[in-house]
Amino acid sequence: MISRRQFFQASATGALTLLATRSGFAESKPDPANSAGVLVDLTRCIGCRACENACRVRAGFEGLPTAAIGYGAGDGKLNFRTRTFIDFRDGGRKQKQPVKRQCMHCLEPACVSVCPVAALEKTATGPVVYHETNCIGCRYCILACPFGAPKYEWDNALMPRVGKCDFCVDRQAAGRPPACVAACPTGTLKFGKRVDLLQEARERLDSQPNRYAAVYGDKIVGGTSWIYLTDTAPEELGFPKGLPNEGLPQLTWRAISKLPFVVIGVGLMLSAVVRWRTRKV
Amino acid sequence: MSELLILFRVVGALVGISAAVFACWLLSGRQFPKHLTGVVFGWLLLIVLWGLGGYALTTRYALGLGAVTNLTDQFPWGIWKALVICGIAFAAGGFLTACMVYIFRIRVFYPILRPVVLAAYLGYMLSASGSLLVDLGRYHQIWRPIFFWQHHSVLFEVSWCVMLYTGVLTVEFAPILLDKLGWHKTAHFVHAITVPFVICGVILSTLHQSSLGSLFLIVPNKLLPLWYTPLLPILFFLSALVSGFAMAIFVSALAFWTFHRPLEPRVLTSLAKGMTPVLFVYLFLRVVDLTTRSAWRFAFDYPLQGFSFAVEMLLLTLPLFVVLRTRWSGRRRWAFAAAIPVIIGVILNRLNVAWIGLLPWTGAHYVPSWIETTVTLNLVSVGVVIFGLAARYLPLFEHATPGHEEVLAHAAA
Repeated sequence: MISRRQFFQASATGALTLLATRSGFAESKPDPANSAGVLVDLTRCIGCRACENACRVRAGFEGLPTAAIGYGAGDGKLNFRTRTFIDFRDGGRKQKQPVKRQCMHCLEPACVSVCPVAALEKTATGPVVYHETNCIGCRYCILACPFGAPKYEWDNALMPRVGKCDFCVDRQAAGRPPACVAACPTGTLKFGKRVDLLQEARERLDSQPNRYAAVYGDKIVGGTSWIYLTDTAPEELGFPKGLPNEGLPQLTWRAISKLPFVVIGVGLMLSAVVRWRTRKV
Repeated sequence: MSELLILFRVVGALVGISAAVFACWLLSGRQFPKHLTGVVFGWLLLIVLWGLGGYALTTRYALGLGAVTNLTDQFPWGIWKALVICGIAFAAGGFLTACMVYIFRIRVFYPILRPVVLAAYLGYMLSASGSLLVDLGRYHQIWRPIFFWQHHSVLFEVSWCVMLYTGVLTVEFAPILLDKLGWHKTAHFVHAITVPFVICGVILSTLHQSSLGSLFLIVPNKLLPLWYTPLLPILFFLSALVSGFAMAIFVSALAFWTFHRPLEPRVLTSLAKGMTPVLFVYLFLRVVDLTTRSAWRFAFDYPLQGFSFAVEMLLLTLPLFVVLRTRWSGRRRWAFAAAIPVIIGVILNRLNVAWIGLLPWTGAHYVPSWIETTVTLNLVSVGVVIFGLAARYLPLFEHATPGHEEVLAHAAA
């Protein structure tokens, strides 16, 4: 029989371990000064969809049919095979506003924090990547992502995968920009260090207040590796509403970090009751 | 290939039908019905349900989630995940009763321990583990959280708690089986280790019942503020407690009445009296929370969600009147009548959080497919059938005092 003392020791050890690793999330945070990013200047985008085509080819899927390049219908949304696409937004203007969608590579990604088996990882250089072998297919990442980036391979019966932009982590490692950036003919996409790009975005916004309205991705959900320069309010371009400026994992961590105290508290209380109820009269 | 698929499905349906016939035969005391009336309806119902279930399950495993469910990238968690969350809330009676019996040693509740623990055990086995084996895209990798740790994940914590708590429930359930087998030495040993296990069980339940609420803390922009609040874990724990009392009333009343065993009226009324203050605190917290976040208006902005919210609140408020009226509170029938809306109310609350409340802001239109619904009903019916079989063939009502008196005395010394 486990004695009460052993029981307390065990729970205290567990609690301390959890407390000691409280800052565990920090270790996977990228080195901010060197982490990669992309600046998307939406005012320069002509909606040619060369990025979309390049992404599909690089990810090993069939490229867009030639006729579809430029304005036209594709899948029209992110899915397992389409990890980026040009979302033509009806902004109430003459021409629809093209907005490139893909994983934002959050600095504090919700998907990484919710995955029970660490199948998603925020790498030190910035990309949020998916490790297929760990995945159990719970789809919590898909539920948790505020930008709707991870998508599921619903038609695979045995080994379904999560599909999302991986920021061309292999190309980055080889010193090359992501495929979409390399394919962009207008300079809408600019690849570099996030800190530099953020500074540049702010400078552009300050110097041309008539051209630009907002920088998006600097603060939202704790900041994202992909930063957008827009000429309208980001919410009108289909970016999600109602998101806090703090990392979403914090919302959960506030609850999880209290659990050691629950363990100790409930354990102590119940043991006291057992002692009281079984005392010799 | 398609012939193979048809064959696979037919085999599945046949296995389901045979299992249903066998289960009905066992439930009827190992005999086939002599007349094609009365009982046969129950037989037919189960045969059709399990036949469809066998077909549905084989189809799911052959074709994958996309082909058989209405799940989409917009709405990745469906009714199977909801079943996990509802089933665990329903099964809260297990840890609650074990706590009242083994920790608080409240004698009134000794007779209902076994049926309630068994129902909780089945709840965890079928609604949690069973449902996950159907729902996970890579169901064959379900063991991975044991070896791949990610302590920032609520789901990681929930899966560990559920695994460990299923172990605790096994220890709590074991005496029933050991009595049947006549392994008294082993039973004595199990009784000796029960109390620390029950303490662990209560801790684990506190953790995962609240954490099921924490699962949704990550979606502040998807779940309607009628349900999204930082208090989600606390509210989930309190409502699990309430549901635990109600489930203990429901299960014990139904089990004792169905199998014609005498049950002291005091058992049900005491449970109802225990439920009242917790339910009151829960509702008070709910109202204060909704008011301080000024979230009530969302009930009017979204008709379906508003309706579902109103029904949920109504179901949870009704029992208060029953229990508070002294003229009714001493009657076991009223205790039973108070438990039913609470169980439905808590289940509706879980469905609202995991399904209905997510619809408007995700822009999804999710309604479960027939296969999703059939599999869900099957999992629930398997639980009911196993419970019936246990009531018939295991000492579920005899030796109702836990630990048999002398072991209790031994533990106290």
